[in-house]
Amino acid sequence: MKQGEVIKVSGPLVGARGMDGAQMYEMVRVGELRLFGEIIEIRHGNYSIQVYEETEGVGPGQPVFRTGEALSVELGPGLMGGLYDGVQRPLDVLQRDFGDFIVRGAERPALGREKIWKFQPAVAAGALVEPGDILGTVQETTLVVHRIMVPAGVRGRVAQIAPVEGNVETEVAVIETDKGSVPVKMYQRWSVRHPRQVTRKFPPIEPLTTGQRVIDMFFPIAKGGTACVPGPFGSGKTVVQHQLAKWSNADIIVYVGCGERGNEMTDVLMEFPELKDPDSGQPLMERTVLIANTSNMPVAAREASVFTGITIAEYYRDMGYSVALMADSTSRWAEAMREISGRLEEMPGEEGYPAYLGSRIASFYERSGYVQCLGSDKRQGSLSLIGAVSPPGGDLSEPVVQATLRVVKVFWGLDDKLAFARHFPAINWLTSYSLYQSVIDKFAAEHVDAEWPKQRTLAMNLLQREAELEELVRLVGLDALAAGDRLTLLASRMIREDFLHQNAFDERDTYTSLRKQFEILATILHFHAAAKDALRDGVLLPDLLEMPIFEKIARLRLLAEDALPEFENVRTEITAALAALPRQVAVLAEAAVSEP
Amino acid sequence: MITSREYRTAKQVYGPLVLLESVEAVTYGELTDISTGNGERRRGRVLEINGDKVMVQVFEGTSGFAPEDLKVKFLGKGMELGVSEDMLGRVFDGFGRVIDDGPEIIPEKWLNVNGSPINPWARDYPNEFIQTGISTIDLLNTLVRGQKLPIFSGSGLPHAHLTAQIARQARVLKSDDKFAVIFAAMGITFEEAEFFIEDFRRTGALARAVLFVNLADDPPIERIAVPRMALTTAEYLAYEKDMHVLVILTDLTNYCEALREISAARKEVPGRRGYPGYLYTDLSTIYERAGRIKGRRGSITQLPVITMPEDDKTHPIPDLTGYITEGQIIMSRPLHMRGVYPPVDVLPSLSRLKDKGIGAGKTREDHANVMNQLYAAYARGVNAKELAVVLGESALSPMDLRYVQFAEAFEQRFVRQGEHENRSIEDSLRLGWELLALLPKTELKRIKDEFIEKYYPATQAGTAAKA
Repeated sequence: MKQGEVIKVSGPLVGARGMDGAQMYEMVRVGELRLFGEIIEIRHGNYSIQVYEETEGVGPGQPVFRTGEALSVELGPGLMGGLYDGVQRPLDVLQRDFGDFIVRGAERPALGREKIWKFQPAVAAGALVEPGDILGTVQETTLVVHRIMVPAGVRGRVAQIAPVEGNVETEVAVIETDKGSVPVKMYQRWSVRHPRQVTRKFPPIEPLTTGQRVIDMFFPIAKGGTACVPGPFGSGKTVVQHQLAKWSNADIIVYVGCGERGNEMTDVLMEFPELKDPDSGQPLMERTVLIANTSNMPVAAREASVFTGITIAEYYRDMGYSVALMADSTSRWAEAMREISGRLEEMPGEEGYPAYLGSRIASFYERSGYVQCLGSDKRQGSLSLIGAVSPPGGDLSEPVVQATLRVVKVFWGLDDKLAFARHFPAINWLTSYSLYQSVIDKFAAEHVDAEWPKQRTLAMNLLQREAELEELVRLVGLDALAAGDRLTLLASRMIREDFLHQNAFDERDTYTSLRKQFEILATILHFHAAAKDALRDGVLLPDLLEMPIFEKIARLRLLAEDALPEFENVRTEITAALAALPRQVAVLAEAAVSEP
Repeated sequence: MITSREYRTAKQVYGPLVLLESVEAVTYGELTDISTGNGERRRGRVLEINGDKVMVQVFEGTSGFAPEDLKVKFLGKGMELGVSEDMLGRVFDGFGRVIDDGPEIIPEKWLNVNGSPINPWARDYPNEFIQTGISTIDLLNTLVRGQKLPIFSGSGLPHAHLTAQIARQARVLKSDDKFAVIFAAMGITFEEAEFFIEDFRRTGALARAVLFVNLADDPPIERIAVPRMALTTAEYLAYEKDMHVLVILTDLTNYCEALREISAARKEVPGRRGYPGYLYTDLSTIYERAGRIKGRRGSITQLPVITMPEDDKTHPIPDLTGYITEGQIIMSRPLHMRGVYPPVDVLPSLSRLKDKGIGAGKTREDHANVMNQLYAAYARGVNAKELAVVLGESALSPMDLRYVQFAEAFEQRFVRQGEHENRSIEDSLRLGWELLALLPKTELKRIKDEFIEKYYPATQAGTAAKA
């Protein structure tokens, strides 16, 4: 391959010359160690290369080897359950072959060539196919059927196809096109900086359920939607992301650990094979791909890791799956851009971030969507994106948060005050929002309960009212409140403690189905309505504030998923308990009843 | 091949940097020897190469440098440290040179101080409980082997005493593995360093400790090297000699200031408060060297100390640290003023790895429940107290008043403990239950019924109900 020569080294940025003909974003190998790099700027024959590995030991005069190819990933069977670094190097294989620490210049194919797959054709020889058509399937894991698709730009007649067994390099079909015959392998390559094509996009229509009550009930995300989770450190961003990866009803999960802690990835790696998918009972790892570029791994690879992840996610979406990608954290990704931009001596925008920060973030989130995939069967897939943001000092006015909020539809604002009170998930119900609310209301009213939208609005109003009342209490004290307002405080506290608060580490509490969510909330609201009536009937507030039934309400969230009839029982008990309370103005009430 | 690797082509000296011209075949990160006109020798490292121009960062500072007198020798390798088990019990300067009166160390091997990132696949999840004997840590912010748990402190707060107490008392239940302490001092005062050394000596901990000391009047740029020296030694002891290593890094604030100094000298675009944009990445290459590796016995646990300027948690140094480390122990000035030692501010403190290190078989089955309940109750008590300040105690409900009493008792009996008081986890749990007994059982929503039945102190319940 053609080669150039290093002239400049500044951290992860290497300057080279003598590479005429090299293109923007072409992959290169730098120095005697053959470090991974990518061309990111070309000026008068000087090429700037961001290097994905530590550059110590690189110096002027060392060679730069061209590859002639843009930064690409391998897409094919074997991705599921994998752990990759930011440029799709398989970390398990690197550990096996190179040891416990990451060695520079180590190179292994992303998809293992030893593994044998069984290909089952879905079309017969002679069929006319267009890009995206499914040629056949491979059972990738117990949970995932991998669909082998006609590559982009290939259209014609299937000349050869048969059931075969082999590694990913195996040819599964030959397609006769205008420009000659094209062999199709089990895997393909795709440049990460180019979004994969779809036929068209639709507005999202169904929820990505997460089993997290505060999210599904109040701030839902749709399949194909986008959400961001900003919050200061310690407010539980990562736990929220992990919970979504575990319990959301997507078919495929891509989890990108971008510049975060090594131990968190280990946590996922240890936990996911143990956890079972709530629907199929299979280990969650069978539907998960992990991209780990921890904070101490090279910063340039962190920049690439988000693109690597989303390209893999798009590939599964193209098969017709609903895919969810979690990126933790996009702030680290933005910081990687800032560092590279600084070294390129670009004119900085806000807080030193490059001027193109906003457009990069927007183009990332726009790769989400609910789509009709390429292919004549018009199958649909979706790709939902959930990005954590780590604003410095928890300050939401900083550029990354602001650029993200301009494009995402759901905002889960994490609040450290809630976290200090150990209220998790610490999603602030007063500042968060979801623009998918009306879509999801419609869906939930049809599939869960017609009362869903009404109950949700009632509960939210109570919480809003609580915030106002708390202001008041701070000024005049609790005793100054009317009995009705005290009841509002009581009911909203129940919503907070017995519904919104959810323990991710409790076996039962960690996941709640939509039905059960509805039942818990309906029970609390039933109490509120019935108690309001009781107050009007002359029940005294102190009696109401000390009812033993509260303990039962508090434990509703710990009921098993199949204990749904229990909720009706509790509601009956509430009614009975309220009826049993002494009435102060019983005479008056009786008089009212005895009137015709 | 190049025969002469020594250059006299220094043209510019600014801040801690020297710029050389007409230099050939130098590599990024290479170590250099710099001799001044009067024969003094200093160490430097290549920071940037552009064509034949090379920028060198000088660790001991550039005072007394005249460009025309400088002789710069490129050593053809990165910064390395010679390591050996004989380093235990010894004191070194920030560059790994012996500064106690003992003999030179004969290295068993040389290691690049920058280390390499641990492959996430090779990591083992930290889940072994370390008992520090301090209730606020053991019960509420549990430390586990392989964790990095910083102490966010402020000027004048007793973080040195707390760290020394942890170093003294830390042990793993049911284990007799080898244990070592590495102490890295960056820009701290002679008195503070002496406090640690004296404490280690008195308690016999010095024999299993390695100390790297860069004092406040030592060259600031040398502080860049100190944590890397310490962690390279730690990796050697942990992964090759099967030791459990506790690394105390104090004070990271001084480290970050040294980093800022270099960044400013290079005229880089500054991030917040003048710190470089890559501060996060740089800090992570220190903190992420904590951990455990599958199939190896040793572990590295880090306790970095940060003095927050103006006690401000949103200052870039504590802020970025908090995003990398697995939690934080925050010291509270008001508690300290009230004479409570250790003044651990329980509510914002956090150990992210606690959940995997506690519970049946590790500490006790009720640990997680008790912890959550204590937090929630203390948070409510603190809130009620704030309300009472505005409205007077009479505005509080009887239940809130009980929470206020709880919060007071919690601070005085649970948070407060002696500097040499070593509480076992059972002691801390017992104390926790005694305090929870100040509240009626119905308030203990975060504790499972079976644990309430088993552990709620019977004698206390009656008195609590009367109160």
